[in-house]
This record gives sequence, structure tokens and C-alpha cells, in this order.
Amino acid sequence: MEKQLALQMKGITKRFGPVMANNRVNLDVYRGEILAILGENGCGKTTLMNMIAGIYYPDEGHILIDGQEVAINSPKDAFEHGIGMIHQHFKLVDLFTAAENIVLGVEEGKRYNLKEVSARVGEIAQRYGFQLDPDRKIYDMSVSEKQTVEILKVLYRGADILILDEPTAVLTPQEITKLFAVLRRMREDGKSIIIITHKLNEVMEVSDRVAILRRGEHIATVNTSETNENELTYMMVGRRVSLNIDRTMPVNAVPRLVVRGLNLYNAEGVHVLKNISFDANGGEILGIAGIAGSGQRELLEAISGLQPLESGTIQFNNPKKDRPVTFFHKSLKRVKELCAEGAFHDRNMNDVSFEGLSNGAIRKWVESGDVLFREDEVINLRDKTPLEIRQLGVHLSFVPEDRLGMGLVGNMDITDNMMLRNYRKGPHGFLDRKKPRAQAEKIIEELEVATPGVSTPVRRLSGGNVQKVLVGREIAYTPKVLMAAYPVRGLDIGSSYTIYHLLNRQKENGVAVIFVGEDLDVLLELSDRIMVINGGAITGIVDARKATKEEIGLLMTKTGAREAVNEA
Amino acid sequence: MNSWINFLVDSLAFGAVFMYGSTGEILTEKAGHLNLGIPGIMCMGGAGGCLVLNMIGGSSLPPFLIVILGILGSLAFSVLGGLIYSFLTVTFRANQNVTGLTLTTFGVGLSKVIMTKLDTVVYLVRTRDYFRWPFAGRQDSLQLWGVLFFLAIIVAIASSWVLFRTKTGLHLRAVGENPATADAVGINVTRYKYAATCIGSGIAGLGGFYYIIDYMASQEAYLSVEAWGWLSIALVIFALWRPHMTIIGSTVFGILFSLGSFITNSSWIKVTMATIPLLKMLPYVVTILVLIVSSIRNKRENQPPASLGLSYFREER
Repeated sequence: MEKQLALQMKGITKRFGPVMANNRVNLDVYRGEILAILGENGCGKTTLMNMIAGIYYPDEGHILIDGQEVAINSPKDAFEHGIGMIHQHFKLVDLFTAAENIVLGVEEGKRYNLKEVSARVGEIAQRYGFQLDPDRKIYDMSVSEKQTVEILKVLYRGADILILDEPTAVLTPQEITKLFAVLRRMREDGKSIIIITHKLNEVMEVSDRVAILRRGEHIATVNTSETNENELTYMMVGRRVSLNIDRTMPVNAVPRLVVRGLNLYNAEGVHVLKNISFDANGGEILGIAGIAGSGQRELLEAISGLQPLESGTIQFNNPKKDRPVTFFHKSLKRVKELCAEGAFHDRNMNDVSFEGLSNGAIRKWVESGDVLFREDEVINLRDKTPLEIRQLGVHLSFVPEDRLGMGLVGNMDITDNMMLRNYRKGPHGFLDRKKPRAQAEKIIEELEVATPGVSTPVRRLSGGNVQKVLVGREIAYTPKVLMAAYPVRGLDIGSSYTIYHLLNRQKENGVAVIFVGEDLDVLLELSDRIMVINGGAITGIVDARKATKEEIGLLMTKTGAREAVNEA
Repeated sequence: MNSWINFLVDSLAFGAVFMYGSTGEILTEKAGHLNLGIPGIMCMGGAGGCLVLNMIGGSSLPPFLIVILGILGSLAFSVLGGLIYSFLTVTFRANQNVTGLTLTTFGVGLSKVIMTKLDTVVYLVRTRDYFRWPFAGRQDSLQLWGVLFFLAIIVAIASSWVLFRTKTGLHLRAVGENPATADAVGINVTRYKYAATCIGSGIAGLGGFYYIIDYMASQEAYLSVEAWGWLSIALVIFALWRPHMTIIGSTVFGILFSLGSFITNSSWIKVTMATIPLLKMLPYVVTILVLIVSSIRNKRENQPPASLGLSYFREER
């Protein structure tokens, strides 16, 4: 069958200041095909698509639609040429119904009749197999329903070239299957579909052809049936990347963090965590899966002391038996308290008493290494502020999903951001800048952070590099528990694997790692156990070595189910 | 019984000042701009209308033309205020609160400069009756219901109809809720913001004009326009950002304001001198109560526009 050209891009170049976002890119799109655009973050795939959608205007080059050269100056022009883009961050008005959102900006006569719109939307939905109530408000909808509205919005305007920017990033496996079915139906209907993605398995599953971009340049366009994942990665990254995560069996896994019956209400009075109970073991990665907003964030914040709990206990088991006491993360006051509780003994198993000793003498004794813990320390973390938790000697690290909001201060440089963790150190009220600076330099070197220097504000770094700085800082704190929320979100393949390896190394060092992820493939490959939460409740804890994606997908959407808890 | 009717008629007539002010502010807020310049703009609108009337008050123009020219003069001044505001906050993305407060200071001052130079007899006494058509010349309180009073009700209802029943209104609400979305579907965000702010300012300005020329019809009236401007902004919350609701809200406010003098004059309640200040306090107490009550509603539809007070930058790299 002769394929008909829908869209051609010839020699497209786009610069942002000195940065070359796209350099003489050529791309052909045919009618009735699904074309995947593959590339790492910052390789210019979204910029390229934004030029077709009318958000940017190319500096050089031509765009041809059906063989005719066109100028696309605005999203409106793009609609007129039958091009519609579904952005990664939905552009919908929450307060409006689906139909109102769909009709927004459409100028077809002066008449405004929502009933007619709803009827037409229903018709289009039926044709491609969507399910949607046009009169529902967006704020009542799930992410996948919102995406459906976005796609219908574009179809309603009569688009035959659809661009989807990372459409699967927020969907469950079942929803992805449904979306792909719809995309295939649209392809049969003669529409051209372009999907931007960096997930190789999806490219292999759904696309007809793949165009690979690297650093703003078009590397190649290949037929999906004639390639494989390794070849695609090589073209995308420009070097061989091992796509395997070395997962070792957990050694000597003991419960490090014991959470029981956690209940939490947020500021609006919504019950966001419902009776959460689990153990996080040292030397193990516990993955947390769930649809975005199921309570993952609140759970991690509750553990790190940022959310006031309604009920429940959080207990930290500090393995200390027969180890020397240090002042490394314990204040003198805390050491005295513990001593009064009879927590220490000396090398001859005799009780230790600090009675009658001056602070200097206590300090000397402890620093000689002769004061040992009698037992493992059990610390209650509930209702403690992050500072109190730190002063109790608990090494708890938290990599929040909001990197520049909660994790780092964007306007401060790397050294200063290191100091956020230890600004209380230093002689007599002065700051110690030398150690943080050395630490910053070490992180830049070891994690290959691309930065002009330690004194560059972190907000100027790219997403991946910001994340490396944050994770690097938290690991430098020698955590016993490391919690990371979406640590690879927005990172390219290379940086993602760097982070996975870092987490794995922590696990091998006996750290209890809690990893909140959205990519189920990664969760299954990286974690030892996976805890699935839905609507603030645990719907299952499964063995990651045996579970399947579909199983987890079901648990993610299961409602009111409690029987599957602790299957593993 | 008659005094009751007079009381209600008077309250409604007074409420029209707030109808203009709040409807104007709602239109601006629906575009995502919190215009704290409304009190100043109401002053400017009042002064502008009086200035025009002062120029044509002695001429032999037909009455309806005098009314129309007066309204146009008022609109010209207040729309100018709206233009200054939108130029600063839309084009230059200046802080909306600071811009609004500055504009209020400016508008109040400007109106004082203009009003003290005008001849009361020319702009007020000679033209007042034209604005009170069709009830001009009546001796009861119905004479307070004139052209501008009915216009206030029409404007409030028409604004609601445009906002919630037309595509233009849908687009305007989209701009105020989520300008990035509106931009992405090809709505000209800047144009909508300018239009809503200027039209809203024009409507608010008429409120000041109405108060001076029609409702009070006194030389000193312009001095209290600013205060009614602030109350109009508070009334927006009471009306839940729905212009037609300002009719109810304004009436309630009007009743509360007239209540003091009504009770004092009535024969069946004894009021001592000491209670009069308390009665005069009533509308302000109710304003505070309304603000408290309306802040605990949590239905999504009753919240202020999502991007209210935020400047819109198109996403750039």
C-alpha cells in the first residue's frame, strides 16, 4: 500500500540563546501510522513538536503539510492545519466540564450550545472507543480521564495529526493498554500519530517507525519491526548503556523501620493515610507503587516528621549492640540521657555511670571508644520534628519529589545546599564551609554532575544534575533509612541508571531503602518487595521477583480491598 | 406601612452603587486580576461624569443627550483608569495589589481636584432630574429610581448572562482560571484581560457617578465614594463571583445602611443617642461576618478564580 505523506519537516533549526535545541532536523510523518520520537531528556524532542504545534517558531527550515509549505505561528494556526498536541501537563480548566473544555477556543459561528457539543463529543468518543461523560467536571476525573478529554479536545477540532507528549507517564498498565488500543484505532482511521517517549518497551509495542533524536540532532528513523531495544538505546544515548539493574538478594534483612497503624488527615480533613502498617528492612529496597496522589507523599512526609499523625506508631531500630557510642550524630545531652537510662556498658560489661564527671571528662571517655551500647536502640519517631529526629541520632534521609521546593534551595549554590544538612556544625557559632565544599566537590566528581562549579546556583542545573546533587547529599549523610520519592522523574536514561545504581549500593551497605516510583518496569526490576497503595490504604505487599506488572496494576486500582495485605 | 416601602425603595436605590462596583470588580477578577483600584476608579468615574455635565449643564441639549453624554464622560474616565491598571499589570506584569492601591490613591486625589473646581448648581441641580427619568418629579421615594438605577440591574444580569451563557464568557472564565490552557487553545489572553479590566472599570465608574449625581445629589457626595468602593470589593466574595448575585448582596447592604436612620425615625422603637453609632456600625460588622462565613465554604465552584492575582507568563525556556 502506498503511504501518503502528511507532514514533512526540512532542516528545522531552533536556538534558545546559545543553546541549539534543534539542529537541521528532517522528519517525515505518513498518514495512518504511529511514529515514536525517542530521545533523552533535553534532546529537543518536545521543542521540535512544539514547533509543529505553534508554540515556538523555527529559526530555520520548512514545515510542509500535504506537500504545501506552511507557517505555523500560533496554536490556532496548528489547529487550522489539523495538528493537535496533547501536552504532558494537561492544559485543562479544572472547574469546567469536559464539554466546556473541549469547546474552549473553538470559533464555529456564534452559537454556543453545550448540548450539541456533548452529543458530538459522545459521537467521537464512541468511534474510537473512549468512555467519557462530557458533563463531568475535570476536578472529579482521574488522570487517565483527563487525558481522554485532552485527546477528544484535539479530535473535536478535527485534527488528523496528533502529537502526544509522554502520554503514558501517568497511567497504570491497564490504562496504557486501553490508550494504545485507541491509538491503533485512530491509525486505522487514517490519522497520523506522533508519540514522544523515552520508554523503549512502549516504542516497540505501539509504533510503526521510530525517529531518534540526540542533542537536538536527528540520528535516524527506523522501522520498529527491524530494530531492537539495545540498538535504539545505543542510538539514543550514543554509547552502550547496560539496561540491567544488578539486583542482589537482600543480606541479613532486619526490620529497620517499623510502621504500625498509621492514620493521617490532611489540612482539608481528608483521610489520606488509612491504617498503614509495614516494615522496611535494612539491606532491602521496598518499592512503593500507586497512582499519583494515593498518599505516597504524605507517607514519606509522615515518617520524616513533617506531617502530624492522627494515630499509629513509627519505630526505628538502630543496630547498636556492643558498638561504641559516638558524638557523630548524638549530642552530649542525648548521650547523658541514654546513660541515665542504663543503655551503655563498658568493655568489661560493667554498667557505665557518668555521675560526678565533668562534661569534658564524659566527652573524653566516650571518645576513647570504651562506652558501648548495651542493646539495639529502639527510637520512637512519632511526633518528632526532623531536627529532633536528627538529634536522636537517627540517620534518616529523604529525597522529596519536589526537588527545588523541599529538597534544595534553587538560588543557593551546591556548597550551601550541602550545608542545609549540617549548618549546626562548626566552631562557636560560625559556619564550617570547608567540609561542605569538599563534599560538594566530591559529589560533583563521583556522580558526574555537569556544572560550571560548586558555586553555581542549583536552579541553573538541569533536572538530572539537580537530582544527583540532592541524592548525593542525602547519601553523604550515611543514612540508615533512605526514602526517595520519584527520584528519576524527568531524568534521562543515563542519569536514571546512575540513581538506580546509587540506591542499590546503599541497599548493599545495609540501608533500608524506600523507593516511590511510577515506572512499574523499574519498580519490578529494582525493588525486593513492592508495597502497593491506593487511596491511602495498602492494597498489597508483593515479592518483586515474582509479581507481574498486571498484578500490580490491579492492586493500584483495587478499591476497599484489604485481604491482600502481607501476601509476601 | 408607607414608611416600610420607602425604606425598601431607598435601600435598593442605594444598593445600586454596590451593584456597579461589584459587577465591575467581578468581571476584572474573572480575568484573573484583583483590581484594588476599584475605589479610585469609582471616584474617577464620578468626577469624569460631573465634569462633562458641568460643561454641558447650561446648554439647551435635549435631556436624553445630556444623560448619555454624562454617562460617556464617566465611562471615559473610569476606562482610562482601567487602561492604566491593565497596562501595568497585564503588559508589565506589575504586582496587582500595589498597582491597585496606587490607582485608588490616584483616583481619589484626582476626583477631589476636579470636584472642588466644579459649579454644583450647573452639574447637579440642573441635570439631576434628567437622570431620574421616568420617576422625576415624584414626591415619594420612587423618585430615586432613575435611568442609572435600572441600568445597574440590567448590567448585573447581562454580565451574568455573558459570563455563564456565552462562549465569550467561557473564554473569559478560562483566562481567569488557567491562562496557560486558554493560551494553548488559541484564546488571546492579553486581549481578554484588557477587555475585562476596562469594561469592568467602566461599569464600576458608573457606580460613583450614580451615587454623586442621582442617589445623593449633593455637593459633598463624592467624598464617600471611596468607602463604597471598598465595600463593593468585599461584596464580590458575598456574591460568589456571580454578577446577578450582587443584586441581592447590594440590597442587603443597602438595607443595613438605611436601617440606622429608619429605626431612628420610626415611632415604635425608642433610640437613644448612644445607640446611633452602634446602628451605623452594622453594615461593617456584617461585612466582617460575611467574609468569615464565605471563607469557610469549600465547594469548588464558589472559590475565587484559580489564577486570581497571578501574572501570566507564557512558558519560555
